[in-house]
Amino acid sequence: MSEEDPTRRTVIKVGAAVAAVATAAPALPDVAEAKAAVTDTARISLKVNGVTHRQELEARVTLLDALRERIGLTGTKKGCDRGECGACTVLVDGRRIKSCLTLAVMQQGREITTVEGLARGDALHPVQAAFIRNDGFQCGFCTPGQLMSAVACVHEGHTGSDDEIREWMSGNLCRCGCYPNIVASVRQAAKEMS
Amino acid sequence: MDAFAYTRADQPERAVRLAADPRARYIAGGTDLLNLMKDGVQRHDHLIDISALPLADVRESGGRIRLGALSRMSDVAVHQAVRRRLPVLSQALLAGASPQVRNMASLGGNLLQRTRCWYFRDPTMPCNRREPGSGCPALDGLNRWHAIVGGSDHCIAVHPSDLAVALTALDATVRTLSAEGPREIPMAGFYLPPGDTPHLETALRQGELITGIDVPVTELAAGSTYLKVRDRATFEFAVVSVAALVRLRGEEVREARLAFGGIAPRPWRSEAAEQALIGRPLNAATIEAAGAALVRDARPRAHNAFKVPLVQRALSDILGQFGRNR
Ligand SMILES: Cc1cc2nc3c(=O)[nH]c(=O)nc-3n(C[C@H](O)[C@H](O)[C@H](O)COP(=O)(O)OP(=O)(O)OC[C@H]3O[C@@H](n4cnc5c(N)ncnc54)[C@H](O)[C@@H]3O)c2cc1C
Ligand code: SF4
Ligand code: FES
Ligand code: FES
Repeated sequence: MSEEDPTRRTVIKVGAAVAAVATAAPALPDVAEAKAAVTDTARISLKVNGVTHRQELEARVTLLDALRERIGLTGTKKGCDRGECGACTVLVDGRRIKSCLTLAVMQQGREITTVEGLARGDALHPVQAAFIRNDGFQCGFCTPGQLMSAVACVHEGHTGSDDEIREWMSGNLCRCGCYPNIVASVRQAAKEMS
Repeated sequence: MDAFAYTRADQPERAVRLAADPRARYIAGGTDLLNLMKDGVQRHDHLIDISALPLADVRESGGRIRLGALSRMSDVAVHQAVRRRLPVLSQALLAGASPQVRNMASLGGNLLQRTRCWYFRDPTMPCNRREPGSGCPALDGLNRWHAIVGGSDHCIAVHPSDLAVALTALDATVRTLSAEGPREIPMAGFYLPPGDTPHLETALRQGELITGIDVPVTELAAGSTYLKVRDRATFEFAVVSVAALVRLRGEEVREARLAFGGIAPRPWRSEAAEQALIGRPLNAATIEAAGAALVRDARPRAHNAFKVPLVQRALSDILGQFGRNR
């Protein structure tokens, strides 16, 4: 039987190799067995803030849960777990995404940046400094997501006006209603980073 | 979310072979599928990751713009050729979801996202679309979001995609690959009417992979625009939306193509409204006639009758823009 034969369910196992998953798994006659294989043995490696983390985890673990529960980077927050609040925003290869809506296993080989990766030692990222100076938060729960989104928003060049900032920050909700100060923070950060 | 096996596919042919098993499902951006699986609306034993397939390009060739199925909403929206030649497509994409979701979500996945009907998304409720024959609580329940045209006594859900509305107005074609080989499906036949089988949503067969979308480049398409009416300013699904392609000569409407979102179980093309415009001057009386033609067969429910005037006003607003830009 060729490796391509679907009845052999070739690739069920998540390989340790970055690129793919096509480890030479034993023939898996049915899905129940396939499941067991993946739940027991998935080994993945994630590069977060420049550090490679090797983890054993199930395919169903989201990037958000892998970051928080496995790697221990709890700066990234879980608000809704449904893509609606933006608290879980991280950068993947420089682009902002919602980490609750992707699987950790899908993000192998990419550069993931979380809020912990913004500061350089004691020197805050200009976006972080701008949020402090402008009082861009109250309880702070949404803030890591706001910061990651703001970094991307500035790099994307979506800071031409307050309206543009509001539109392009709209994927991040703030229950404390700090929106005016968040807009001011992004405006100031954009000026300083230009 | 229940456990599942995972495979990353590197070639479309291989993805299709793996998806021949009905227990398997593709995952692209994951932005709808994972929500449905977390909520227990769908269960799949095997996810085939197609996000790395080499189908993410946007090209112009032979009078068409060819969009790869795995291209991301955000990339397509800002593509120069799309902005210039298909403004309605760029606008509809930018009006959808949030910047983060648009960076993840693929065009193919967008077309196949499932309805936001709250009964459908709640597995503790009956729903004909989720569990055939279990009933439709929306008919006599909370149906503010639901369809005013094109529904049936079995389902009145609305299709949530902005992209699909734009592509319907643009007369696009969906390209696919299955075990039987490649084929093309026009947007007009891609979504099935709910009838008494609302669980059958598209013309796709088991395991059929969307490989791309072809959009004809025309003079009509260059003058196109999208209007989306929402409950809040942004980051929300449409209450109603309109994709309009209109070509004028002087005051007279030479060509028109109109598709609507938020009012029907699939993107709703209204040839009746188009016919009310073509060959006539674009003035208040014609616009009113087009609106009346659009909702002639409307069947509103207890909580969504407001959509009947709202969609007419949205049409009037967008047509007025063409008048002003002339
Ligand atoms: C908070 C939020 C707000 C949103 N707001 C909007 C909005 O305003 N307007 C709007 O239009 N959308 C909106 N969306 C929906 C979003 O656009 C879709 O979730 C997204 O486009 C799906 O794409 P995906 O690549 O993530 O698909 P996935 O979630 O990966 O897949 C969805 C489905 O499509 C199938 N599939 C994917 N690609 C293919 C393919 N190439 N061939 C065959 N099958 C395939 C999968 O098997 C799955 O069944 C919103 C989503 C969220 C989470
Ligand atoms: S409207 Fe359709 S999707 Fe909603 S509950 Fe009724 S059958 Fe289900
Ligand atoms: S936790 Fe991801 S968007 Fe809310
Ligand atoms: S600061 Fe409290 S939710 Fe935003």
